[in-house]
Amino acid sequence: MTEGGRGTATVPEPTREQAPRRRQRPASSRARQDARTGLALISPTFAIVLVMVVLPILWTVSLAFQQVRLLNLRTTGILGDYSIENFRAVLTSDGFVSALVTTLEYSVLGTAGAISVGLVAALALRAPFRGRGLVRAALLLPYVAPVVAATFVWSTLLNPQFGLVNDWGTGLLGWKEPIAFLSSRDEPSVLGVTLPLSTSLLTVIGFEAWRSFPFAFLFLTARMQAIPDTLDEAARLDGATPTQRFRYIVWPEVAPTIAVLSVLRFIWTFNNFDDIYLLTGGGSGTQVVSVRVFDYLTARGDIGAAAAQALVLALILAVLVTTYLKFFGRREEQA
Amino acid sequence: MSATRTSASSPARRSLRNTVEERSLAVLRPLVIAALLFAAVFPFYYMVLLSFRPLDELLQHPGSLWISPSEVHLGTYGDVLKSVDDGGQGFLVFIRNSLLVAVATVIVTLLVSVPGAYAVSRLQFFGRRYISGLFLAVYFFPAILLAVPLFVFYTRIGMRGSLIGLVIVYVAQVAAVSIYMLRNYFETIPESLEEAAAIDGASRLQVMRHISLPLAMPAIISNALFIFMIAWNEFLFALLFLVENRDRWTVSLGLSQLSGSIEVPTTTLMAGSVILTLPIIVLFFLSERWLTGGLTAGAEKG
Repeated sequence: MTEGGRGTATVPEPTREQAPRRRQRPASSRARQDARTGLALISPTFAIVLVMVVLPILWTVSLAFQQVRLLNLRTTGILGDYSIENFRAVLTSDGFVSALVTTLEYSVLGTAGAISVGLVAALALRAPFRGRGLVRAALLLPYVAPVVAATFVWSTLLNPQFGLVNDWGTGLLGWKEPIAFLSSRDEPSVLGVTLPLSTSLLTVIGFEAWRSFPFAFLFLTARMQAIPDTLDEAARLDGATPTQRFRYIVWPEVAPTIAVLSVLRFIWTFNNFDDIYLLTGGGSGTQVVSVRVFDYLTARGDIGAAAAQALVLALILAVLVTTYLKFFGRREEQA
Repeated sequence: MSATRTSASSPARRSLRNTVEERSLAVLRPLVIAALLFAAVFPFYYMVLLSFRPLDELLQHPGSLWISPSEVHLGTYGDVLKSVDDGGQGFLVFIRNSLLVAVATVIVTLLVSVPGAYAVSRLQFFGRRYISGLFLAVYFFPAILLAVPLFVFYTRIGMRGSLIGLVIVYVAQVAAVSIYMLRNYFETIPESLEEAAAIDGASRLQVMRHISLPLAMPAIISNALFIFMIAWNEFLFALLFLVENRDRWTVSLGLSQLSGSIEVPTTTLMAGSVILTLPIIVLFFLSERWLTGGLTAGAEKG
């Protein structure tokens, strides 16, 4: 205590006699002091994360095993009646499994879309040209813009009555009638093949790809800049064509980055609430688990069931990510 | 083996393939860039365009993409900003709330995360190796999982609807990322500078205040902008905590709530969208270089 106090209260300009004494002290003294200062400096962050993140998560576990509703909230304590009734009710309830399937479809296709577009963008902007910096910055707009504004513009653009897309579609492209992009359950067919996804789900997947591709673009661009120019140059002299140079030079370099991006984007898309809630409200085949949790929490006031579903969501995510890392983790470590 | 195979395929065919590929790429590349640029920018152009048009104009000509300067209609901005008592949508109050929340989040987060990041990058203490991992795990948790207990907690202690409660939640959410980004920067500052000061007798805290902090200022400022953008854009917690009291709505929440009602004209709300988006875009272009560098710092390590 006293030593720590001395460490922090040293006068700004030590006198001559003090300096040599300090140097003679054992080296571990400064180390111990550092350890104490370190703990002191990190503790505010630690405290706030503990109180606002870790404890709430533990509390969710407790809530998930109790019959808690908004109405009887004030009377339930930590020591309530614990049962697995919530989990039984949630797992067997109508629509839970389909919400889970929708969540998976949404996150897998959204992730794949975002990363593919991001990769194409990074490749297209690889060679320098006039105004490339500006184009790069402009491509990041969808990612930085507020989600509420972005979803609002999209819903206006896609509006069946006065939306630009439907106006052009019916006027210029010869659509028979406007398409309700955000409220249609129909499964559209492309070139005679009927897709197993509703129009609305495809639209929100498209939105996800649009909004998140800049993230992938940014990371892939950074990675590509680190590839030595000499490699490309040598391959070009050896007569490698552009696709060969991509396949044998660029791809091996960016593949580990793509693996990491897939995990990150998958996690974030899997957890995503804002985009779907704002675009469709979870209607017409787009109800993902996080939107369902929100409905249970606010509309039904069934806190126990909401907590149980949120936990199931987190558990499934943890299992998926762990499995993925088990299979691909080793390769990434080397990269 | 491979050498014989390479010489076996005729060089003429190979160079033909090369020419075909290079030619088609030369055509494709500008097209792809133009398409991407269009996709990224057009929605925002449309947003600004609609915010300048009166509603009946939009309903009559939904497909038009241009307005002459004489037709520019600024009434939508007045309507959206005016208070509800004056027949507007009260966005001025929302802007005030958003600003209060975002600025408070920035200040509190930096107060806890700058010392924290310094400690993680420079000082050996018990648990240091695990702590950043723990903090980062926060970033990957479903927000909706946190939303349940925090909603219950705030309802119970009567803090739902308070902007301060929202700030505390935001700080807990961004402190981890902030520490991660700042730590990367602190590690680029040569330790010899600090050692020199330490030999002159300066304490750790003095070293931090007089040497490391001034050097890290650019990173801290860009970090501040980054946190501001997150807090300004946030939607889920604002919706959960503040929705019942219109005077507490943030811009994001206000726009989402009003866009559901039929009474408010779409073009007026587009003016609201511009007001919501513009500060973020300005901040982004100011800090773009720093932000992209900080975000991808880990990606460049081969």
